[in-house]
Amino acid sequence: MSNPQQLRYSKEHEWLSAAADGVSTVGITEHAANALGDVVFVQLPEVGDAVTAGESCGELESTKSVSELYSPVDGEIVEVNQDVVDDPSLVNSAPFEGGWLFKVRVTGEQEELLSADEYTAYTAG
Amino acid sequence: MSSTEELRHTALDALHRSLGATMTDFAGWDMPLRYGSERDEHTAVRTRAGLFDLSHMGEIAVTGPQAAALLDFALVGNIGGVKPGRARYTMICRADGGILDDLIVYRLAETEYLVVANASNAQTVLDALVERSAGFDAEVRDDRDAYALIAVQGPESPGILKSLTDADLDGLKYYAGLPGTVAGVPALIARTGYTGEDGFELFVKPEHAVELWQALTEAGAGVGLVPCGLSCRDTLRLEAGMPLYGHELSTALTPFDAGLGRVVKFEKEGDFVGREALQEAAERAAAKPPRVLVGLVAEGRRVPRAGFSVVSGGEVIGEVTSGAPSPTLGKPIAMAYVDAAHAAPGTPGVGVDIRGTHEPYEVVPLPFYKRQK
Repeated sequence: MSNPQQLRYSKEHEWLSAAADGVSTVGITEHAANALGDVVFVQLPEVGDAVTAGESCGELESTKSVSELYSPVDGEIVEVNQDVVDDPSLVNSAPFEGGWLFKVRVTGEQEELLSADEYTAYTAG
Repeated sequence: MSSTEELRHTALDALHRSLGATMTDFAGWDMPLRYGSERDEHTAVRTRAGLFDLSHMGEIAVTGPQAAALLDFALVGNIGGVKPGRARYTMICRADGGILDDLIVYRLAETEYLVVANASNAQTVLDALVERSAGFDAEVRDDRDAYALIAVQGPESPGILKSLTDADLDGLKYYAGLPGTVAGVPALIARTGYTGEDGFELFVKPEHAVELWQALTEAGAGVGLVPCGLSCRDTLRLEAGMPLYGHELSTALTPFDAGLGRVVKFEKEGDFVGREALQEAAERAAAKPPRVLVGLVAEGRRVPRAGFSVVSGGEVIGEVTSGAPSPTLGKPIAMAYVDAAHAAPGTPGVGVDIRGTHEPYEVVPLPFYKRQK
């Protein structure tokens, strides 16, 4: 699998787009989606919620387990992906595209975000 | 088994890796969890056919003039009454009635049985049978390394197997097994399984496993057979309402507590391990119904997991033993032990505590899914 170069990555396996107008898009990586198996339920934060880097803001339920969804940054939720709530399999089929999870107005960043190459090395090890 | 110990590998290990399987540690074995999407694998078994490597299951041969008498003493079922060529679902219990394992016993010949134990309990069952064989003219042999086990399950499985064997599959009933040849390989062909579908389990020598797997793959290619992992095996058996040791069954429960008292055959001749305790358990169950194993179907989409509390009116009334999203029903389902007062299908007000939220669930009879015959 290849991790898109233009994104940055958390060690909790979220990806984060560059902040356009201060707003970044967040999803989980293909590596994480593969590890989860078929995702069957996603619980996302609500628009207007304040999120904190490294803290849980939702959950992803797969056939075998449930995983916390963490925000990679401090910020305020400005949009959530209703398509993925309606069809959680988008997380598996298009984790970097249609399976995005939420958009956040970034007010502070987690220090340890990785580049694509660093994340690839991180998940290989 | 601790994580520092070497995982055991089946004869099909390299093949699983070449197929891109996600592997998992299961009872000390490195087993395929899934090859692609577990939901697709599940659906394939329900509608077409699936191929499973079950070589981790524990085979124990029991032979000799008193093999039947030994098994009647060691297990709770009437094993002497099984006709050669047939198989029976049974249990092995402790003296206190607690379930050590659930088993399938094949009677291969008059004085020859094959006992198949769960991987996680194989050593326990072997030790118990050896211990209980004292004084019987019978031999208990660890045959775990003698067999690879491949299952082909699903509505297309009879057709697939027929193209590879001359054995009389039409004459082979459910819960029966006969020796034969499949794709040129000697096999015990058993019409058993753990998916709720028609299907076969093929016991072969490990050195024949790859050859047999590949022959089945080729024979099933035209009708949509796919390799399947343990993940979909679990959702298949859950939909079919079949108990899993460590979830619905444990040493803390007798067969009567598990709603499976029918497997205990008090009428058989002679004593058997657990008889006295099981008599008491049967009387207790008759006088005061224990918690009942029921099905729960979610109204929402959050999935109940083993150990979650079942609640009603703010009170804990039971516990989930297995839960998963059901690919066939399209909703989360669970098996749970609940107080008898709340066990009737349709009982209002039942929920599952899912990480602090009481999600509504409907009580339904088991199984969730029954195949059309």
